[in-house]
Amino acid sequence: MFGKLTLSAIPFDQPIIMGTCIVLILGILAILALITYKKKWGWLWTEWITTVDHKRIGIMYTLLALVMLLRGFSDAIMMRSQQVLASSNGHGFLPPEHYDQIFSAHGTIMIFFMAMPFVVGLMNFVVPLQIGARDVAFPVLNSVSFWLTAAGALLINLSLGIGEFSRTGWLAYPPLSELPFSPGVGVDYYLWSLQISGVGTLLSGVNLLTTLLKLRAPGMRLSMMPVFSWTALASNMLIVAAFPILTATFAMLLLDRYLGTHFFTNDGGGNPMMYINLIWTWGHPEVYILILPPFGVFSEVISTFSRKPLFGYRSMVVATMVITLLAFTTWLHHFFTMGSGADVNGFFGITTMVIAIPTGVKIFNWLFTMYGGRVRFTSPVLWTIGFMVTFTIGGMTGVLMAVPPADFVLHNSLFLVAHFHNVIIGGVVFGCLAGLTYWFPKAFGFRLHEGLGKAAFWCWFVGFYLAFMPLYILGFMGMTRRMNHYDDPSWLPYLLVAEGGAVLIFVGILLQATQLVWSIKKRQTLRAGADPWDGRTLEWSTASPPPPYNFARVPQVACIDAYWEAKQEVTTAPEEPFEAIEMPKNSGLGFFVAFFAVIGGFGMIWHIWWMGILALVAFFALIVWSSWDENDEFELSAREVALFERANPHAA
Amino acid sequence: MTAQQRHDPRRGDASTPGLEGRQAHGSLRGYITGYVLAGALTIAAFAIAPSTGMAPFSVVAALAVLAIAQMLVHLIFFLHINTAPAQKTNVLAFAAAILIIAIVVIGSIWIMGHLNRNMLPMDHLMQMQR
Repeated sequence: MFGKLTLSAIPFDQPIIMGTCIVLILGILAILALITYKKKWGWLWTEWITTVDHKRIGIMYTLLALVMLLRGFSDAIMMRSQQVLASSNGHGFLPPEHYDQIFSAHGTIMIFFMAMPFVVGLMNFVVPLQIGARDVAFPVLNSVSFWLTAAGALLINLSLGIGEFSRTGWLAYPPLSELPFSPGVGVDYYLWSLQISGVGTLLSGVNLLTTLLKLRAPGMRLSMMPVFSWTALASNMLIVAAFPILTATFAMLLLDRYLGTHFFTNDGGGNPMMYINLIWTWGHPEVYILILPPFGVFSEVISTFSRKPLFGYRSMVVATMVITLLAFTTWLHHFFTMGSGADVNGFFGITTMVIAIPTGVKIFNWLFTMYGGRVRFTSPVLWTIGFMVTFTIGGMTGVLMAVPPADFVLHNSLFLVAHFHNVIIGGVVFGCLAGLTYWFPKAFGFRLHEGLGKAAFWCWFVGFYLAFMPLYILGFMGMTRRMNHYDDPSWLPYLLVAEGGAVLIFVGILLQATQLVWSIKKRQTLRAGADPWDGRTLEWSTASPPPPYNFARVPQVACIDAYWEAKQEVTTAPEEPFEAIEMPKNSGLGFFVAFFAVIGGFGMIWHIWWMGILALVAFFALIVWSSWDENDEFELSAREVALFERANPHAA
Repeated sequence: MTAQQRHDPRRGDASTPGLEGRQAHGSLRGYITGYVLAGALTIAAFAIAPSTGMAPFSVVAALAVLAIAQMLVHLIFFLHINTAPAQKTNVLAFAAAILIIAIVVIGSIWIMGHLNRNMLPMDHLMQMQR
């Protein structure tokens, strides 16, 4: 009846896990009680859970990312503390089997459930506004994508209290992740939650790609599209091309584990090296999926706050597209040491070095944008400058490791760990936080407190250097990644500094939480108009927060930086009457699909077959039912549009 | 003011992605032609595969030719990829897909071939030494 699931799946004997679970359950109960007490269930359902508005879906993606950042960070600080305590004679507070789950969960959550939702959330919120569209191409599908991602996140967090998580690292290399070596449910939690959220990401990629290609405002040619939208286009092209590879690879590993096939086994004609090859043909494009939209954020921020058009718009676009193509030609550098010959390693080493060139072009474009401008040093600009310094260092250590002989020394050492944190924190996280601060007033109508934002930046920035520069040195000293315990006492001082850095980043996160709460409390004094930063692109031409239809009149575009140019012309446009707007209706499809995805995923993980079948049937019933639902739009009358527009005066 | 203008022009069917050109989804005649061709090519492939009268290489070559023809039939009759201007995006997307698949497949064969040569299991190596 309940497959492999018994009461012993709950780790009652693990005080750390049980303590965390109790705190989490109490927290969730408190939130639920608060919603009930405030009688907000109806509001939550109609305004957020069933919404198909791209802006609200974008906000929910971002919220998911921030919550998962906390989860991933607590894993990180536990690992740092373990390594400080587990020197020579000490054994730390985490037994190896728990420690292995923590580093696997940290990587998986930070990439799939922090960085991805953050980037997708920003794209979801900004892209339609920036290209002058009223919504994404397929609004209901957008809601389905979000809820599938949330379903994956829920499943992966269930593994904390029910059963265990994967102990195989964030990419679950076979043969370790095959059934004989990982007989528990950990790898199954990993595979099912990523399969479910991966479908969500793929659908979101299709959606945004269609939006960017088909729904741009009249007159906006591709060559006039804002740079953030360009990088979103590139990122979504990569999602559509790369995520099916991930899904297929995981599907084969699932077949190995569930049906005893031999795709990646050591025996029976299988080859684990094929998994590593395939997973990185997804994995390398994935890092560009993550970094390209933040590149776009930096471009928008730096040109807005320097009050200058972006230097070298065309070279920026070309560089973005070159990176998009080259992203698919460098994957082998993740496994130089697996045994390919010199010509294969040489080829992929060179492509890896070549991809640094368009990235370098971008750095110079940002610098030249600032040159001669009157730069306003707001917190988004601080994140951007912090990124330029940090990412350049990370890029250089990356090019160093692109040299195959050097990689043979550094492979799987802490040098590698320092490198990819250097580019992911210094690039993706700084970029997302810059974007969050930059577009926050657009989303909510008030700014974030600037002083607390700057303080948070300095904590993150200094904390990052303290936490990861020692790891470069430790890598040279021979410390490998994923160590639960070590015997060399000379590593301890460096690990202590790294722990200090992690604590400083924690202070930064606390400051950001304070900033959020403080800004909400003081929102009347932080009130922002439609265009708080003197922006250049179309999202600043509509009210903050924008109405559900984004633009009462669809903007006409004739140049780059359309809104900036419009602000330069003194025209008194004749007051045209407002028109009725056709809007998509709310839909519960996404929520219900995700509900059954969790049920089905949980059933498959624990071998509760009837649950899996039930979910599959429900899944198809929902899709069929919603496909025949023609009554999915309503008309917002011209009077209602006029009422909102008069109440929220803004430029356009 | 016509109905077309009154509707938000980018919500109406005329420009909804996927609905803008219903005629692009082909006719019944086209689908039947495609179906017959696809069926014929499949039967031909199954007829040739067990053949003993041909040299093994010609069997493989014939199957490859039939497979390519099969793909073209699917693309033309079912996915409606053609050279019409309205199909530009689809053709570009298709070309991009082919490029990515080519990179992944050719790259993987190259890499796995190398690994196969260099990373033989120890007992195989020992046998080769003997």
